[in-house]
Amino acid sequence: MEQGSSYTSHKHDVLVIGAGGAGLRASIEASACGAKVGLVCKSLLGKAHTVMAEGGVAAALGNVDDRDNWRVHFSDTMRGGQYLNNWRMAELHAKEAPDRVRELEKWGALMDRTPDGRILQRNFGGHRYPRLAHVGDRTGLEMIRTLQDHGIHQGLDVFMEYTVLELIKDGDRVVGALGYDRERGRFHVFQANAIVLATGGIGRAYKITSNSWEYTGDGHALAYLAGADLADMEFIQFHPTGMVWPPSVKGILVTEGVRGEGGVLRNSQGKRFMFDDIPDLYKDQTADNEEEGWRYVTGDKDARRPPELLTRDHVARCIVNETKSGRGSPHGGVFLDISWVKEKIKDSEAHIRKKLPSMYHQFKELAGIDITKEPMEVGPTTHYIMGGIRVDGDTQMSTVPGLFAAGECASGLHGANRLGGNSLSDLLVFGKRAGEHAAAFATEHGEGDIDANVIGAAIDESLAPFEREGDENPYQLQYELQDLMQDHVGIVRNEADMMKGVAGVRELEERAKKARVDGHREFNPGWHTALDLRNLLIVSEAIARSALDRTESRGGHFREDFPAKDEGQANHNTVVRRSSEGSMNVSRQQIAAMSDELIDIIKEMG
Amino acid sequence: MSSGKTVSFWISRGEGDRTEFKEYSTTITEGMVVLDAVHQIQAESAPDLACRWNCKAGKCGSCSAEVNGKPALMCMTRMNDLDLSQPVSIEPMKAFPRIRDLVTDVSWNYAVKERIKKFNPRAPDSPDGTWRMQQADVERAQEFRKCIECFLCQDVCHVLREHGRHDRFGGPRHFVYTAALEMHPLDTENRLKGLKDTDGIGYCNITKCCTKVCPEHITITDNAIIPLKERVADEFYDPLTKLFRIFKPKREPRR
Repeated sequence: MEQGSSYTSHKHDVLVIGAGGAGLRASIEASACGAKVGLVCKSLLGKAHTVMAEGGVAAALGNVDDRDNWRVHFSDTMRGGQYLNNWRMAELHAKEAPDRVRELEKWGALMDRTPDGRILQRNFGGHRYPRLAHVGDRTGLEMIRTLQDHGIHQGLDVFMEYTVLELIKDGDRVVGALGYDRERGRFHVFQANAIVLATGGIGRAYKITSNSWEYTGDGHALAYLAGADLADMEFIQFHPTGMVWPPSVKGILVTEGVRGEGGVLRNSQGKRFMFDDIPDLYKDQTADNEEEGWRYVTGDKDARRPPELLTRDHVARCIVNETKSGRGSPHGGVFLDISWVKEKIKDSEAHIRKKLPSMYHQFKELAGIDITKEPMEVGPTTHYIMGGIRVDGDTQMSTVPGLFAAGECASGLHGANRLGGNSLSDLLVFGKRAGEHAAAFATEHGEGDIDANVIGAAIDESLAPFEREGDENPYQLQYELQDLMQDHVGIVRNEADMMKGVAGVRELEERAKKARVDGHREFNPGWHTALDLRNLLIVSEAIARSALDRTESRGGHFREDFPAKDEGQANHNTVVRRSSEGSMNVSRQQIAAMSDELIDIIKEMG
Repeated sequence: MSSGKTVSFWISRGEGDRTEFKEYSTTITEGMVVLDAVHQIQAESAPDLACRWNCKAGKCGSCSAEVNGKPALMCMTRMNDLDLSQPVSIEPMKAFPRIRDLVTDVSWNYAVKERIKKFNPRAPDSPDGTWRMQQADVERAQEFRKCIECFLCQDVCHVLREHGRHDRFGGPRHFVYTAALEMHPLDTENRLKGLKDTDGIGYCNITKCCTKVCPEHITITDNAIIPLKERVADEFYDPLTKLFRIFKPKREPRR
């Protein structure tokens, strides 16, 4: 049964790790550039977390409102990110997203249409005009399936249900990776001239999350261990609307599209509390009465958006405020109501089922609630990390030569807070760029040397949980970490709690060295959980340490001991780097000065 | 259902042909689904119990299994919908070889999909390279594109499950996939020969079992398979068409 520490070798020009939207798009591009591409994914192809994305993909196509263009999209993204974004990425993203979306249509995507037959776009939080191309509320599925069905004809070598354990370097440069296949537990060495990380996020570090088991921060941790910089790790997006009841579904996402279609948030007193707290930065763009809000969601171009469509960080905090003040729903959330539109439109039940089919089924089947007739109960859920691997805005290369990153595991585009819809476009725009530049790097640089000793040591380490005497249960350790992060480095933070968080992570690190696994290597989830711990602990520590360093509140990072924004901290990104002794160092990286053209755009958009 | 009830499970475990049911029990609370119970059993008493899952929200189609003999997504099967007076049985899908415990080797599906001719759009409608399509026209194919590739339809299909004709039958999933392409408003390809010869659509005798188990409620048989069967019949078996072909010059397949 056991194969010891032997391994199989593979050779590619470009290795892509992760097969969600970013990984697939990178693979397609690298392959189109002539590279031989290996694509490694932890799940079956087409199951990655992109499949969960609901609302849409943001691109200034201007199909619904012709006032929209890349300059508005750019300024919306920067404002949403509180100007900590990598402005070059925000610029490229806004300019290139429309082409990337149209390209999906060329590959077979079937998005909802405008009356004149073009791609329909919907409203979303923080976007000035209707901008999200979508398919009902299953846009992510449409996107990943389109990329998958196109990609399988591109000659990619796909390795399904493989996990990467270690990146292998030759000098400064990354030249390969060690992984294992989950089904059989055999080791594999992937030699590659360039590697693209597209591993998604870190949601499994938290107890309440909309993320799947795969989101264990693998790319973040692999890059960190290989010496790459991580940036903005304090910025985590808690999506304002996750399910809160029943307990087993707590955290599952309720799309922002519900609010985009007219859904409103109310507290236990029936009040639309979002009108009470509209930030200054958005006052001019936000409706100050319910009627104007309704006109906005039904397409009135002169109306301003309802406060339910303010940025996610703000809406999440308002919900927490209601529940903490005793005005929450019975199960600790608030009410999200779309059924009220029956007052406004005929046949509202059919309309809701058509616009929000997955939400209708999700609540019907998991909570026994008919959203066309009654309100949902919702509360914040860990959804997305803005921070990640620090990359060059044009090429997506990290600070380690040959190592690229795209999608959620990269940082930069979203700054302190991501706008809904901007991650699907992120995957496309920067997946393509990462694939293109990784292929170019692979052509320019030859093969590196793979050190067999490094591989041997990494294999021994990964097999240790079977052999050691320890008595720690890896599942238990993961639960404890999730509780720790939820309680101490969650939506509302303070120094004392976060210090406890850091200490707790260090303690769990020690206990993880005693994690023991039974059975053998074939599809053994206990072993997989034990191996995931290392990555989860690294990203958790990086989040806590970065959050401690930023002594202000901004975007997704809110500190009750420093509740205001501090202009003195408006010009740096928090960077985490591994020291040569292996300790985690935190520093502040000045943001480069923005070009005059972009400064003018931001001024002009107000 | 009262909360905090102890429930027994019979879970099929093992590899290849060496399998057996093992009994486990765990505490079930309000709102739990079968996948929650499996995770709890993993954490409490069977750490190496193999099962696939991802989204836990019915969107990725990873946790397909047979619960009390019925093909279902474990994440969408609520415990309080089951008879808990006797042990709940959980088995892997039967139409595919078992790897371990609840995990099966579904790679055959990926191979079948790859041999189906890919999307091939007509020339763009507009000089800017875009197309115009009406909502009513996209909706027909959108129904098929809801498929989450859980393969429960494949599992329940007797051609695969009972007769094991994986060598000459693509199965409902791939008829839905083909229907999505064939009914795509922009597509110009013709896949009828593949449907007839390689994917053996003729083996389907429309028992509609696939439609019944589809968690996305796709009307597989009526909306996908039957129209495709009709097209195949028109193309290859219709006597009038055959007669016309004798007298008319050979034309390109339907465009």
